[in-house]
Amino acid sequence: MSRTPDGPPPPPVVQRLRVRYTKRGRMRFTSHRDFARAFERALRRSGVPIAFSAGFSPHPKVSYAGAAPTGTASEAEYLEIGLAVSRDPRRVREALDAALPDGIDVVEVVEAQPATPSLAERIEASSWEIRLPGVSEEEAAAAVGKFLALDSVLVARPTKDGHREVDARAGVASVRLGVARNPDSGWETGPCATLNLVVRHSTPAVRPDDVLTALRRAAGLSTPVTPVVTRLAQGLLDEASPQDERRLLDPLG
Amino acid sequence: MQGGAGGPYPDQMGGASIFQRLEPLLPAVRKPVQYVGGELHSVVKDWESCQVRWALMYPDAYEVGLPNQGLQILYELLNERDDVLAERTYSVWSDLEALMREHAIPQFTVDAHRPVGDFDLLGVSFATELGYTNLLTALDLAGIPLSAAERDESHPIVVAGGHAAFNPEPIAEFIDVAVLGDGEQAAVAITDLVRDWKAAGRPAGRDGLLVRLATSGVAYVPAFYDVTYLPDGRIQRVVPNRPGVPWRVAKHTVMDLDEWPYPKQPLVPLAETVHERYSVEIFRGCTRGCRFCQAGMITRPVRERSITTVGEMVQRGIAATGFEEVGLLSLSSADHSEIAEIAKGLADRYDGEQVSLSLPSTRVDAFNVTLANELSRNGRRTGLTFAPEGGSERMRKVINKMVTEEDLIRTVATAYGNGWRQVKLYFMCGLPTETDDDVMQIAAMARRVIATGREAAGRRDIRCTVSIGAFVPKPHTPFQWAAQLDHETVDRRLRALKGALTHDREFGRSIGVRYHDGRPSIIEGLLSRGDRRVGAVIRAVWEDGGRFDGWSEHFSFRRWENACTAVFEGQPVSLDWYTTRERDLVEVLPWDHLDAGLDKDWMWQDWQDAISGEEVEDCRWSPCYDCGVCPSMDTEIQVGPTGRQLLPLTVV
Ligand code: SF4
Repeated sequence: MSRTPDGPPPPPVVQRLRVRYTKRGRMRFTSHRDFARAFERALRRSGVPIAFSAGFSPHPKVSYAGAAPTGTASEAEYLEIGLAVSRDPRRVREALDAALPDGIDVVEVVEAQPATPSLAERIEASSWEIRLPGVSEEEAAAAVGKFLALDSVLVARPTKDGHREVDARAGVASVRLGVARNPDSGWETGPCATLNLVVRHSTPAVRPDDVLTALRRAAGLSTPVTPVVTRLAQGLLDEASPQDERRLLDPLG
Repeated sequence: MQGGAGGPYPDQMGGASIFQRLEPLLPAVRKPVQYVGGELHSVVKDWESCQVRWALMYPDAYEVGLPNQGLQILYELLNERDDVLAERTYSVWSDLEALMREHAIPQFTVDAHRPVGDFDLLGVSFATELGYTNLLTALDLAGIPLSAAERDESHPIVVAGGHAAFNPEPIAEFIDVAVLGDGEQAAVAITDLVRDWKAAGRPAGRDGLLVRLATSGVAYVPAFYDVTYLPDGRIQRVVPNRPGVPWRVAKHTVMDLDEWPYPKQPLVPLAETVHERYSVEIFRGCTRGCRFCQAGMITRPVRERSITTVGEMVQRGIAATGFEEVGLLSLSSADHSEIAEIAKGLADRYDGEQVSLSLPSTRVDAFNVTLANELSRNGRRTGLTFAPEGGSERMRKVINKMVTEEDLIRTVATAYGNGWRQVKLYFMCGLPTETDDDVMQIAAMARRVIATGREAAGRRDIRCTVSIGAFVPKPHTPFQWAAQLDHETVDRRLRALKGALTHDREFGRSIGVRYHDGRPSIIEGLLSRGDRRVGAVIRAVWEDGGRFDGWSEHFSFRRWENACTAVFEGQPVSLDWYTTRERDLVEVLPWDHLDAGLDKDWMWQDWQDAISGEEVEDCRWSPCYDCGVCPSMDTEIQVGPTGRQLLPLTVV
């Protein structure tokens, strides 16, 4: 005889909240799975009335938009939660932020109005900051120039079972020399160029790492120290922004 | 800055974080999150404002070490003291080890990333002897000389604890002290001794501190005992070489667990670990008297935590962590005098709350099934585990596991009848007096389990997994004198068993067999019952690259075998001498001067009773049979029932 859970089905979702959070400092080393576990425990501790799916192993109603790779920091990660009881989004932000470790900071929570496009539909690209300790601005500018002049740069990305070819150039909407947000942060002394990179979320996805590989292979960049990569924003490409410096539209705006 | 190297005392300038140098290396290693710390409830205190500083180590990977209860309890209770600081360190994987060596980064704590070499004490908890090589890696990376004799005042005191500390002789050269038994009060006592010694201006230096630790009886200091050997290789004598040092060092026993309700604020890791749950120890000790079980023998007597304290700890633990699973731990959790009330009370409290309860219990009886039903009230019924341990009735009498075949079949039928689809059965192979036939009887039992189970469940798609481990004789058990079975015979018996089951037409598909090869158990046997001469083998294996020996993919039997051959060349001892040789009553055992409270004559008699298949009852529900522990340790059995109930939680 197969068993089914006793009792009534779980209460339905009455409110959907969209959340922007960060992965700062050492928290950049969390993987998406690490984050998801920590987030679900934080929900429980904070007492946010999250809705659950039905069945023997009920899951909290959380949907994640594409997560930044392990090792990269982010100022703009997104997810959506479904609540069983309506709550003030500001209160939810405070409660979740308090329950999460320092560095995983909940910076914005807004209510999703019915019939608005989904988070996925409002995100098509990411903007990244890449800090290159040990690389001068001249060296970086030269490499970017060479890279932009190419139509396509195939790079091999190691996967579980071998390699996968990705066109790193095709995914890049814009890349240029930029100014660091926190020029004094980090361990580096000496030159440290900063790149601003905007990449479309294509399939297969092009990651900042792939662009760095391409810059090294095809454009002669050499990086003596591991670069530090931070996602600054996600959203739809702002068609009004200049071709060489793409901007993104706030998906929660 | 390499803290400590330049100053007269390490703490005046030590404790500086190495994180800035570590961080750039992390993107290149596997699972870097395990090295960054920052877990919920982790603690970082000011270095200067603390008088005593502990680095606590679990000598295995973070994913295994973080959930360790013993270490979390010490971490929390030491950090609760204003002038004490405790941080954690774990074994680093070889990818990071190589980078740390290349960039001269020392073994660090994950809390504030301080060099382990800067602390006053390095406490290492050994759940298994296979962590010994990892101890050497950590010492070496920390810049602490491997040999205790070469350390000076700038180095931490290396303290070994955990079950393996009941025979620390194989690592006697590498540790300064060993602590036997429960760690709570011992850690506090050691802290006080270190604080006083520092406050007094460190009289007589490092040696002076070790003398204080030894003469107070709080810890065993191997360097203060000389071991001499007979020409045939056996130990002649173990004698203290300092005045005031006790002939025998006794274990610590915490009485009244309700006074020590730890962990209160358990660590919640970001990385995935082997146990993701809030665990409460519902009692300590076990007097069922299974003769192979070291844990049961060295943790006597039974001391229960009351139902009320368990309820409060669970309530606070869930609120503090957000864990979705609660584990009720002990050596045999169904034996708590009020377990039915605890299980029902918790199941009622957390009904509909997405909190699942688990209770590691492998007792073979109907009550265990009832308990499991209660705990899985609204969850899926996947697997239930029972541990008959011995395949034949005769074998079970030898090991004092009093379960008849009829009991077992009835219990398992009940489980299948209650909707459990999968039953796991644990056995051991290589037990004293075992024959081929004893092991083959496991096959007969598994067939009966499936046949009866199909009837009880009314369906054919039930499964039974037979899981078999090789028996390793352990110190402080009645089997401490026994010969370990050679791994060739263990492997042959298990292959025959597996062959019989997989070729069974009627039942083969419903029965799975799981076993590991017997060779790691031989090395575990060497390290369990070894003496000080085994230390050179551990060092040789480590120098040859031995790491993470508890992981089958990193363990190399060849390496250990070769090291034994090289080290024991020209000596009367060998790998076989330490493992497959039976000892007799007059032999001085390497751990005889370490006192778990068990009376040696009682243990010998129990060993003789084992051979003749005579059983012994549990002293919780039959008269005391004088194993010796209670009078010699001044302890007593502490069990309920208290008659109290868990009330529903009021919703806030
Ligand atoms: S001394 Fe007696 S009561 Fe105490 S643990 Fe041993 S047998 Fe049990």
